[in-house]
Formats: sequence, C-alpha cells, structure tokens
Amino acid sequence: MDIIISLGAVLAIIVVALVGAQATGLQYLLGIIIPYAAFAVFLVGFVKRVLDWARSPVPFRIPTTAGQEVSLPWIKSAKLDNPSTTSGVIARMALEIFAFRSLFRNTKAEWRSGFLIQGPAKWLWLGALLFHYGFLVTAVRHLRLFVDPIPAWINGIDMIDGMLQIGAPPVYISDLLLIGGLAILLVRRLALPKVRYISLPADYFPLFLILAIGITGLLMRFFFRVDIVGVKTLVVGLASFRPTLPDGIGAMFFIHVLLVCTLLAYFPFSKLMHMGGVFLSPTRNLANTNRMKRHINPWWKPPKFHPYEEYEDEFRELMKEAGIPVERE
Amino acid sequence: MAKQLTPQETMRIDLNPPKEGWMDIPVKIKEGIYSYATKPEKVEDVGMPNPHKWAVTDEDWGLPENWKEVFLEGFRERLEKHRSFKIFMDICVRCGACADKCHFFLGSGDPKNMPVVRAELLRSIYRGELTTAGRILGRLAGGRKLTRQVLKEIWYYMFQCTECRRCSLFCPYGIDTAEVTIIGRELLNLFGLNINWIQEPVSNCYKFGNHLGLQPHTFKQNIEFMLMDIEEFVGIKIEPTFNRKGAEILFITPSGDVFAEPGIYTLMGYLMLFEHIGLDYTWSTYASEGGNFGFFTSLEMAQRLNAKMYHEAKRLGVKWILGGECGHMWRVVHQYMNTFNEPVDSLEEPVSPITGTKFENAKSLKMVHISEFTADLIKHGKLKLEPSRNDHLKVTFHDSCNPSRAMGLLDEPRYVLKNVCNNFYEMPENTIREQTFCCGSGSGLNAGENMELRMRGGLPRANAVKYVSEKHGVNVLANVCAIDRATLSASMEYWCPDVAVAGVSELVANALIMEGENDRSLNLRGEEIPGRGTQDEEAQEDV
Ligand code: SF4
Ligand code: SF4
Repeated sequence: MDIIISLGAVLAIIVVALVGAQATGLQYLLGIIIPYAAFAVFLVGFVKRVLDWARSPVPFRIPTTAGQEVSLPWIKSAKLDNPSTTSGVIARMALEIFAFRSLFRNTKAEWRSGFLIQGPAKWLWLGALLFHYGFLVTAVRHLRLFVDPIPAWINGIDMIDGMLQIGAPPVYISDLLLIGGLAILLVRRLALPKVRYISLPADYFPLFLILAIGITGLLMRFFFRVDIVGVKTLVVGLASFRPTLPDGIGAMFFIHVLLVCTLLAYFPFSKLMHMGGVFLSPTRNLANTNRMKRHINPWWKPPKFHPYEEYEDEFRELMKEAGIPVERE
Repeated sequence: MAKQLTPQETMRIDLNPPKEGWMDIPVKIKEGIYSYATKPEKVEDVGMPNPHKWAVTDEDWGLPENWKEVFLEGFRERLEKHRSFKIFMDICVRCGACADKCHFFLGSGDPKNMPVVRAELLRSIYRGELTTAGRILGRLAGGRKLTRQVLKEIWYYMFQCTECRRCSLFCPYGIDTAEVTIIGRELLNLFGLNINWIQEPVSNCYKFGNHLGLQPHTFKQNIEFMLMDIEEFVGIKIEPTFNRKGAEILFITPSGDVFAEPGIYTLMGYLMLFEHIGLDYTWSTYASEGGNFGFFTSLEMAQRLNAKMYHEAKRLGVKWILGGECGHMWRVVHQYMNTFNEPVDSLEEPVSPITGTKFENAKSLKMVHISEFTADLIKHGKLKLEPSRNDHLKVTFHDSCNPSRAMGLLDEPRYVLKNVCNNFYEMPENTIREQTFCCGSGSGLNAGENMELRMRGGLPRANAVKYVSEKHGVNVLANVCAIDRATLSASMEYWCPDVAVAGVSELVANALIMEGENDRSLNLRGEEIPGRGTQDEEAQEDV
C-alpha cells in the first residue's frame, strides 16, 4: 500500500508535468516559477532545519566509542574510531561522510544450527555509496547547464564521467552508479522482510522520485531528444535571474524539471535531511575527552541531593557504634 | 520464568517479521517480559512526579487527567534540550542497518525490538503530534496519535532496551537508540511509570548511599565478613578504613559487590590488591554506590545520585577517586559526571602513588578505572603474581556495553587478564570489544519477574560463550561489571551451565602472592585449586 501510494505520487507528478508542458502558460509555470519556488523552499528549508538543530544544545559529551580509549601511554588507542583530538574527529567524520564507515561494519545475523552467525553484509553499503556518488557527480555535471562558458573543471568531470564512451551520446558512469545504487537500495527495501517491515511511504517516495528523475534524464538524452540549446538558454536564464522561455524544448524536459523541483521542495521536510544531520550527530562528532576536559551543559542546574550532614544526622549513633568516624559526636 | 521455557524452547526464534505493519499490531504485554510497577513510596522518597499505586496488568495505569499534554510538552522540552534527540527524531532513513544488531531482537524475534522500530515508537508520535506535515497527513507521513494504548507500548519497549548502544555503532548517522530510550524513560517517569526494580534502588541510594539500602554499619559489616573469608582462605589479615579523612584515595564501587556472589569475590580482590601495594585509601559508607540506577530513570536523577561522589571526596579531602569494576557506573562517570558536577578544587590530577604514573586521561575528572590502575601496576612490575594458580581456568572476557561503547576501555582489562591467567581465549570478533553483546539485563532490567526477557536478551552473549566453551573448553567468563556478575551468572546457568562468572579483580587476587600468605590451596571462593595442596597427591596418582 505504502509502495503504491508513493509510486502513484511520483506518477501523478509526471502526468501533471506532461499536461503542463502542452501549454505555453503552464510551461512558464513549470520552467520558471516552480523552479524558483522549489529552490527557495529548499534553501530556506534546509538552512532553517540545520539552524533549528543547532539551536538545541549538546548538553553531554556522548560519542559512541568504537575502539580503544586513550589511557596509559603504552596502550595503543584507536585514533579514528575513538578519537580524542579534533583532527581525529575530523578524520572519523570524513570517513563516515565519504566512505560510510559505519555502514561498512554491517553484518547480517542469522541463527544457524544453534549458533548466531553474523556474516558480512555489504550490499547496503555498496548501494548507498554508488547511489550517493552517482548523484553527486550527476549534480555537479549538471552545472554546465547553468553557466556559459562552461568552466574547464566541469568539462573535465564531464569528460572523465563519459569515459566509457559507449555510443553517442555517451553513457555516463555516474548514471550507471546512480541507477545501479538506487536499484540496490530499492530491491533491498522491497525484498528484505525486515527492511520492508520498517519502511514508510517516506522511504519509498524519495526512491521512486529520484529513480524517475534518473530515468527521465536518460530518456531525454537517448530517446526523447529535447532541444539542448533551448534548455541551456532557459537554465542559464534562470541562473542569471533573467529568465526566458524558448520554444519547443520538449515535454520530457518539463517532466524532469518538475520531478527535480519536487525533490528540492520535499528535501528539507524529509529524512533526506540526513545530509545535514550527519554532520551534527553528537555520537560521532565529539571527541572522547570526557575525563580530560570538562564539558559544559548550558542548562545545568545544581543537583538536589542528600548531603552527608543529613546522612550523618540520620545514622550517627549506628555509625559510632560501628566505629565509623563522624563529623559531630 | 513465568512458564519456565527450556533453552531449546527459547531458542525457537524467527527473525522474520510478520506481514502486518507494526502500527497495526497493538501491544500485547507478556508475562516474563516486563518488570513490576514501582511502589509509590519509592517515587515519593526522591520527590518525583505522580507517585501512585498501579500494576502493569491494570487496564488503567493511573495517568493524570492532562497526561497527553504533559507528555507532549515534555517531548518538546527534551527536543529543545538535546540536539541528539532532535536529530535522531529527524534523520533516520530506516535503512535497517541497526535492525539485527540488538540482542533483544536477536533473542526474541519481536520486530518491535529492532532498534529502529523502538525509536520509531517515539518518532511516530513526534511526527503525528508535533510536526505540521504529520498532523495533517497522519499515517502517510509516518505519524500516529498518542493514545493510552500507545503509551503502554512505548513503556513496554523502553523497558526492553538496555541502553547498550550496539545499534548506534552500526548506524550511518550514529543514531543512538539508547539515547532515545533514556529520554523515553524520562517521559514515562513524568507519570511515575518506572519499574520498581529501578525505582527502589534509586530511593535506597538517595537515602542510604547505595542501591541495596545498606546502612553504614551493615555496609561495613558486610566487608568485614569478606575480610574473615580472606583470613581463612589466604591467611592474611586486612584492616581497611571507612570514611577516613586524609586518605589519599577514595575507592567507590557498586554495592552489588558488597552483597552477593560472585561479586563479593571481586570485592575481596580489591581488598587484597590494595593491601598488596599498601595503598592509602578509604571506603565510604555515604558514597557507597558506584552504580547509578538514577541513570535509568532520568538524567536529573542520575545527577542527583552521582553528586555524592564528589561531595564525599571533598569532605574527606582525598586527592582523587578510584572506581571499581562496573559498566553503567562508568557510563555515568566517564560521560556525564564531569558535566553533572562543578569541579572540586581540593582534588588533584590522579597519580598512581605506587608507580608515579600520571593518569592524563583523567586529569580533569580525577577519577581512574581500576583496570587502568591495575594494568599500570602490572606494567611497572609492582605486583607479585603467580598466574599458574589460575591454570585450571580457561578464561574469556565479556566487554560490558558501557565501558566499550561509551568509553573505550578494551585493552586494559585484557592486559590485566593475560597477566594473571595463562589460558585466555577471545569470543568471535563480532561479539567483543566495541561490537560486544549486552549481558541482556543491563539498565535496571535485572529483576526476577522478567526472566524470559533477560534470557532472550542474554542469548547472543551466551551463545558466543558457548562457542568458545565448546571450542576451547572455556569455563570462566570474566568481566568488569557488577551487574554482569549477577546477570551473566543467571544467563550462564540457563545457557551454558559449565561456565562460571568472575570479576577481573577476583582473578588478579587469586594470582597475587601476598606477604604472609598461607599455601594458597584455596581460591577466594574457598574452593580447592586443582593441582595445589591436598589435591596434589591425587594428581600424582593420576600420573
Ligand atoms: S541504522 Fe540508523 S538510519 Fe538506519 S534504520 Fe537504524 S537508526 Fe535508522
Ligand atoms: S541500545 Fe542496545 S538494547 Fe537498546 S535498542 Fe540499541 S541495541 Fe537494543
């Protein structure tokens, strides 16, 4: 049910765009107004969300330590997995963000003839990695539509990405990564009973949405050619805040754009915000210096406890009898 | 156990979740899985809200009229106070990496024990009640409404999490379900909905200084009994001091070890170790608890109980504090104590009086772990040891959740063990060190009435012990945690009856060559050590 609803939502967006692409008035909406609005929502929403997280303090220093602490000088500490320095934390975070280190640890647990077997499970890590890098390169590659002339580094990325040189127009490596990664993630979600059990519409929807973005992108390049000069004019216009709407761009483009806009506008309100959140996660981004440096809690209040004096008052006689020293006889 | 399941019956576990979504399956509270409700007077003792008489089996849990507002207001307040909580509510992608990492899920197959679902129990309320999208879209946005039934479900599963953080290790964003549980339990405690097994120790610790409610003279007496045992088994007389001003070091350890087997043997180990090196230290009857069941109640309660350590250290004028073997004690001491309290000026940066080693890693908090302390002693050759006395033991080491995933105390106890035992074997690598499995009864879940839950939660750990026991003949499960000593004993009895449980310091003391000792044919448990004393002749006959 959740799957159908999510898929349905994506298809509905496509239909809306398809209809809209037929009329010039609506093209204006789809090609100019919605992109601006979506980008604004994305930007404002993203920043607001991150600021909202940052507004909540980190009252306690709670890193999840994943290796040996710093203690005696002759015991080797795990500088990456249990960092006690800023550079260690940066390295730990970099590994999390660029290599998905924690996901790489993943295991799959099974009961087999009376023993718990925890075998390696790398599909999630692989799917996630392929997808994210595919997405990143694809996004960067698209920058060439936004600027004129195209800077050399974007062309460089484009060239490397198109290195496979299969056919013309070329198949980009990033396309393969993106679609391949997405496929792994989707198949996992559908086929693994535990993952399916925990999945919500909010998990299927972005998968279908990004898949649709990828597919419409490929369709545009290979089957429903759009007027690339027109596209460039439109996008450069958008980027330079002098929007114009050239004629005859082709419906597939508007579908692609509306899907991307949906993604942008949806992003700040969704789990996709893990992109920002991962940087702020206190179990990962704090050094394990708890006993070396005092960590301050901004809402600290002195504790109401049972002070020794009261304790002694309650037990003085018993203490004296037992030969335990007391403050006041 | 309610219906005494045999281990074979308990082992029938299906890790495949049902077809029906979890929101559609109302909670069914099962006997053997939950612990009994707190007694109202124990809530009153510490001035916590809504003390009232209730039972888990009651239809009506005695919630106040405005419970829903209080809960949601408390929720909002904690989102504002803890960045961790706010982020963990927002960014889970339900990738499932944590799903099969929880010992309670692995031992029960109950899908709501997957860490991600445990957290979703609260997240669904967050979305459904506290976010605009969720309020409008409801189920579509993964939201649901807070009802009495849902509250019971949250209660049931917040008390099926031992706050062990194993899930957090595997999460790509470090989402720590333990953190969610800690805050979830805080919310439940707004209504006096604690379990008695936690609340009573909290009240005891507040009033008497320790979880067991031992009054000062009893605390001292219990230790004196152990001194008598040491005299009998080892042949030496030890005279420790209590509440002594001017001692160099204050020693604090969980009161469980003052009370019950096999923890008392660990405590005897401390007494002998300190005697061996001539340490100038004192016990305290007021700060007589290392553990902190307040941590399983609310962070505020944890702070209130923890405050006694510094308070007493200051009163006695000691230089620094040495802490005994305990898991959650060290979670609180290592990650919270330095924030809970204002610094005590009279304390000094800890230096071992025996080796001169500066414990740089504890220079601000001024509290050192006994394994760090002992490892340093051994490294400097300050202990006279005869490890062969432990030769009849084949030892493996259980990393307690908290020292491993909230501190990183991994190699110190291993170094100590390898120096006092000749036969040491590790359990499989996905079950030790930072990936260690919980004993199954941590975070205050070590009651008697929830034994089925405990045995299920203890299964992954026990299963790894069983593996090394079959493979290498391991017969001792060593650890540095007072709760482990109690809970693993029960879990070993159920799952691996041939394996005994021992604190690291007990094994140290068995190997210690004490000045003026007898022939040491007995261990600290008063059992004959095979191959020594009277047994020697038999051994020779065998040859
Ligand atoms: S591993 Fe983290 S992100 Fe994945 S389901 Fe668990 S809590 Fe959520
Ligand atoms: S903290 Fe431990 S007990 Fe709690 S959900 Fe995570 S793995 Fe399970």
